[in-house]
Amino acid sequence: MKAFIYTRARDSAQATNAAADGKTTKFIAGGTNLLDLMKLQVEMPEQLVDINRIGLDKIEETPEGGLKIGAMVRNAALATDLRVRTRYEALSRALLSGASAQLRNKATTGGNLLQRTRCYYFYDTTKPCNKRSPGSGCAALGGFNRIHAILGASEHCIATHPSDMAVAMRLLDATVETVKADGSTRTIPIATLHKLPGDTPDQETVLARDELITSVTLPPPPPGRQIYRKVRDRASYAFALVSVAAIIDQSGRSRMAFGGLAPKPWRVEAADQQTDPDAIADHVLQGAAGYGANDFKIPLARRVIRAVLRDIKG
Amino acid sequence: MEQIIKVRFSANGQHPELDLDPRTTLLDALREHLRLTGVKKGCDHGQCGACTVLVNGQRINSCLSLAVMHEGDDIATIETEDSAIIAALQDAFIEHDGFQCGYCTPGQICSAAGMLDEIRRGVPSHVTKLLGEETIQITDAEVRERMSGNICRCAAYPNIVRAIMQAAGAVP
Repeated sequence: MKAFIYTRARDSAQATNAAADGKTTKFIAGGTNLLDLMKLQVEMPEQLVDINRIGLDKIEETPEGGLKIGAMVRNAALATDLRVRTRYEALSRALLSGASAQLRNKATTGGNLLQRTRCYYFYDTTKPCNKRSPGSGCAALGGFNRIHAILGASEHCIATHPSDMAVAMRLLDATVETVKADGSTRTIPIATLHKLPGDTPDQETVLARDELITSVTLPPPPPGRQIYRKVRDRASYAFALVSVAAIIDQSGRSRMAFGGLAPKPWRVEAADQQTDPDAIADHVLQGAAGYGANDFKIPLARRVIRAVLRDIKG
Repeated sequence: MEQIIKVRFSANGQHPELDLDPRTTLLDALREHLRLTGVKKGCDHGQCGACTVLVNGQRINSCLSLAVMHEGDDIATIETEDSAIIAALQDAFIEHDGFQCGYCTPGQICSAAGMLDEIRRGVPSHVTKLLGEETIQITDAEVRERMSGNICRCAAYPNIVRAIMQAAGAVP
């Protein structure tokens, strides 16, 4: 691990001010992804700002009937909250399907959204990677790409976003609240938080360098039954090959969001108008392309859509 | 420029004050500075669970946390002498032969202690059928799912599950 300056922030103002001082800075919350990457020298910040003591660790009811989740709420605490379990089952299930119990005890709501891809070549500093080292190329294109994207990728990067939590939040149309060093705040729909790679795969979100996620707000849950289905190579403690968060109401109308397929949680609103599983899949998978070892994800996603709709109808 | 940070936490009832390079993980602080070598370094990337310790009663991977982030925390490792459940798990692992080489065992036992407390507190898991119910039954399936962050290279899993089930029943 490269040396860095460690700063312990007391509140979000101190944290964002530290991040605005010119050094390359990372906020550290759970640290479960960041420290992993720092040990491999994939991440080499000059400064780490510890935000574990800034508060932002409450889950509160909103006047609209939703929930406002502090950015520092740990994944285990969020999945366990009875309001989440009963009103946002897809979110609770998504969280519980991710990582291990030890990691969920540390990982935070804000950090989960900002976790980096698990592309093997991003982690391997001996290989080219446009995300880690812009302009160096993409080793995944002609390499082992079983876990890689079939939607939203580019010729520069085919990495996927690994989060389960973010897929459920995308389904629920969550918004992400942030603050910057100058005190300005904004609300970002989760659909626009993550960027597609295009020719700048190193730029993964719309956040500025001194911008800190303070909370995630869930609107009231849409009517219908919520589920999260995750298909992976191992029954526990593995990233999704394909995952789907879905809400299906009594009339059979559904909305879905997908993980494991794209560089960001993937949702195609036009598919909501369809009720036939294959018609939904046609919309969701429009433009899908495999890169060899991940070709299977296209038929797998189609089958998962069918399975979810069949299971929910009982 | 090298920075040294003073950090103080409780480890198995001791209250050491350490001057640390901020890069020092909690795992390395426990092993190399406090000589609590019961906690093991396996993968050092949060994948194997050998480094699992209890921080303020919750299990975490000590390899993926910086020691300086634990100012004021209460840390328990396998060497703790004031945990009835860790003592019961140690006995049960011996009785049921819950290991071969033993390298993962301290992490397995600390993880199991944290896991049983999570079940008592009503934390659900991926295999919990009804999320709305606050009481969770301890079953083999629940134990297996909840212990998936602890790898045993010798594959002593069936005996580990038996040992955990016995300790869960022995300590209320």
